[in-house]
Amino acid sequence: MTTAVANPKTEVIRPPELEVVNMTKQFGSLIALDQVSMHLKPGTFHALLGENGAGKSTLVKCIMGFYSPDHGDVLIDNHAREIASPRDAHHYGIGMVYQHFTSVPAMTVAENLVLSRFDSPKLINWKEEYEQLNAFMADAPFKVPLDLPIAQLAAGQKQKLEILKQIYLKVRILILDEPTSVLTPQEADEVLGLLRESVTAGRLSVLIISHKFREVTSFCDEITVLRKGKFAGRGVVKDLSIADMSEMMMGERREPQQVTKTLHPNPKAMLEVQELRAHKDNGVEGVAGVNLRVHSGEIVGIAGISGNGQRELVEVLAGQRIATGGQILVNGEPYKATRAEMYRHQVFTLPEEPLRNACVAHMSVAENLALRTFDRPPQAKGGIFLILKAIREMATGLISTFKIKTPSPETPVGNLSGGNVQRTVLARELSSEHIQLLIAANPCFGLDFAAVEYIHGQIVAARNRGVAVLLVSEDLDELLKLADRLLVMSEGRFAYESAIAEVDFATIGRSMAGH
Amino acid sequence: MESVRRRSSGWSIHWGKTLESICLPVAALLFSLLLFGIFCAAVGSNPFEVYGSIYKAAFGSWRSFQNTLIRASPLMLTALCTALPARLGLVIIGNEGALVVGGIGAIAAGLALNSAPSLVVQLSMAIAGLVCGGLWIGAVGALRHYRGVNETISSLLMNYIAIALLNHLVNGPMKDPASLNKPSSYPILDTNMLGVLPGTRIHYGLIYGLVACVIAYILIQRTTFGFAARTAGGNLRAARVAGLPVGKLTMAICFLAGSCAGLAGMVEVAAVHGRANESLNAGYGYSGILVAFIARYNPLAAIVVATLLGGILASGGILQRVHNLPDATVLLFQGVVFLVVMYSESLYGRFEIFKEQSAKIKTERPPAVPV
Repeated sequence: MTTAVANPKTEVIRPPELEVVNMTKQFGSLIALDQVSMHLKPGTFHALLGENGAGKSTLVKCIMGFYSPDHGDVLIDNHAREIASPRDAHHYGIGMVYQHFTSVPAMTVAENLVLSRFDSPKLINWKEEYEQLNAFMADAPFKVPLDLPIAQLAAGQKQKLEILKQIYLKVRILILDEPTSVLTPQEADEVLGLLRESVTAGRLSVLIISHKFREVTSFCDEITVLRKGKFAGRGVVKDLSIADMSEMMMGERREPQQVTKTLHPNPKAMLEVQELRAHKDNGVEGVAGVNLRVHSGEIVGIAGISGNGQRELVEVLAGQRIATGGQILVNGEPYKATRAEMYRHQVFTLPEEPLRNACVAHMSVAENLALRTFDRPPQAKGGIFLILKAIREMATGLISTFKIKTPSPETPVGNLSGGNVQRTVLARELSSEHIQLLIAANPCFGLDFAAVEYIHGQIVAARNRGVAVLLVSEDLDELLKLADRLLVMSEGRFAYESAIAEVDFATIGRSMAGH
Repeated sequence: MESVRRRSSGWSIHWGKTLESICLPVAALLFSLLLFGIFCAAVGSNPFEVYGSIYKAAFGSWRSFQNTLIRASPLMLTALCTALPARLGLVIIGNEGALVVGGIGAIAAGLALNSAPSLVVQLSMAIAGLVCGGLWIGAVGALRHYRGVNETISSLLMNYIAIALLNHLVNGPMKDPASLNKPSSYPILDTNMLGVLPGTRIHYGLIYGLVACVIAYILIQRTTFGFAARTAGGNLRAARVAGLPVGKLTMAICFLAGSCAGLAGMVEVAAVHGRANESLNAGYGYSGILVAFIARYNPLAAIVVATLLGGILASGGILQRVHNLPDATVLLFQGVVFLVVMYSESLYGRFEIFKEQSAKIKTERPPAVPV
């Protein structure tokens, strides 16, 4: 690592002090934030910890002026300030980097930087702008080529650009919402390390939302912990152990429920993928010839940074995308993801984003639950007429077995909460007794701890019954916990394969980054 | 007790939605009456008298109501040409073209079999109308599914092709030399014309329309085919995950839609004109789009809306004779209704009154707690 580049000409003025006092925010009947306070000291790296739904995002969105809090104040340098919009926040030197990218893909880095300015001039003098941008880049903690269109940047570079954009806007308090979820461990370390240098040099304060204890212990000074919308603790990182922090987050010491796996006798190859190729939406090759075999009673995990072809692979297997080459065999027979084949081989799918991929939002919970079975007895007579009573009866049963919280089976599934939509799909896809192959993609994304445990339990139970499971996930911990065999996908190919007992972390990281 | 309460709240959500989908179109109709009233006043007619005349001409007497129903029957059929594909998420406006092509098919069959028993002729004409219209819109579906061609634009353009084809045929190969100032095909025999319902002037086309709408409703709501179509229309990605044959569904729905409009063309030829000429493209296809929109693609509601609109069409002559309003006034009225109804589509879910119950449910629902 190089030493921090201190510009001798500019006096280092400390970033403002940010304090949140007794902030409360209510959405309908749900209290998202309940009397939460926190203190971001100037020139510190502060982590905001908590489980999904703990209120971290709500808190920072209140600070940024996206939401107006019901009670409570934001103090900047000990003065209560009204922040009604991100523009106001910017006025006080506060900027935020979101989980998703906010740059225009077709425009260049330079154009995006100029575009992001709140005071964009009506007429742009590009010569002048470029001079300023080059001067800015020379001083910036990381470099991104100014002339490249965003679409040609790798995910890591895009994330760097998002951060650069805020520094370009002369932000002094930088809020980061899970900034490393799209980065490899190495890229994450680089970005956070460089930010750490800026913080140490006193040019910046950083407030970071994170789930990763490793990042917190390596880069942060202090933490504030939220639990179910309430303040749950604060502290200085060097005085705390990981166990202490997770206790604050969970409320008690809670070991992840150990999954018990049983060995399945006589495994046979359920799914076989041979030299499969597929394009991404933009016509670029996404899956570049992969070979894969999943046996009964086995969970094969596929890891990788998003955008390396996992989504396209799952879409081909689920029947949502047409392969451009290679073939898929299920039970040794060619498989084209038709309804008849799915039924014959009992193939089920838990796609990511269930509302987008597996449900019809305006159709009822009962109808969505019947999506696999509506065309055969007892739900259909002669394959033609629907027996609405049978559909309703099955739905009522599944709703109680899988504890789906819905006002009635007739409620449109789009009205349900995310976790309950997920349960609806889970009920439909896992309730068949004869299921043989399960394809799951990020099945726990955005769910709370309890829901995640429940889904993990269901997947392992299916495996123990002899189901062949292909699990594609961006959560490495999830894969390490569930999978029997791990593959890493990078640039449309498998870059690493290992039995779970023999995985080597460093190699996984390098393979994810494509080395 | 818990389950009883839950069920009742489920029903009230249901009713709130039903109420919304009745109230909004009615409100839109009332608002367009207001706009059209302003137009009438601006051209010097008393809007209330105009509406009085429309009512009298449409529903005022049994005689005028029969007139209305005669006009409503092709509308019920052409409405299905938009309403059925809409359930699959397709916006098809090729109703006029499918009607014209169905009419051409029907007259060709009728002329070819002129001397056969009349039942055979009528049946053949109906089948020819169904098949021609079906293939016409089926082509739109195929372009959509296999080549990704926008179905709205292609179906619109195919209207012009159909009309040009009709003009070519009645001016050339099919032309009856006796039809001088209005080029027409040879007529079918009077005995081969569709009859009227006993004791009325209403032809059997009305029965065709009613039966088609009821069948369409059952098909969409109560069959596995309809379920698959609604799923694919609601979320194509989910339909593919379920392995539903999206291509076949698209083709089948488009064929059925086109055949309904084609049957309307057959009715116009076999029950009204007795021959094919430019009267075939009198706008029933375009009005059918309007009917489907106002009925929110519900085939049963289309029956009611088609009757209302049939009444408005039937009153065109009166407006001209009594109020000195130009013949096109009725079209203007239709256009205003269409625009206002399209606008009202954007208001669904905006009114608290219709979702009061569902909001209550939300607060009743416990926040996501671990189970």
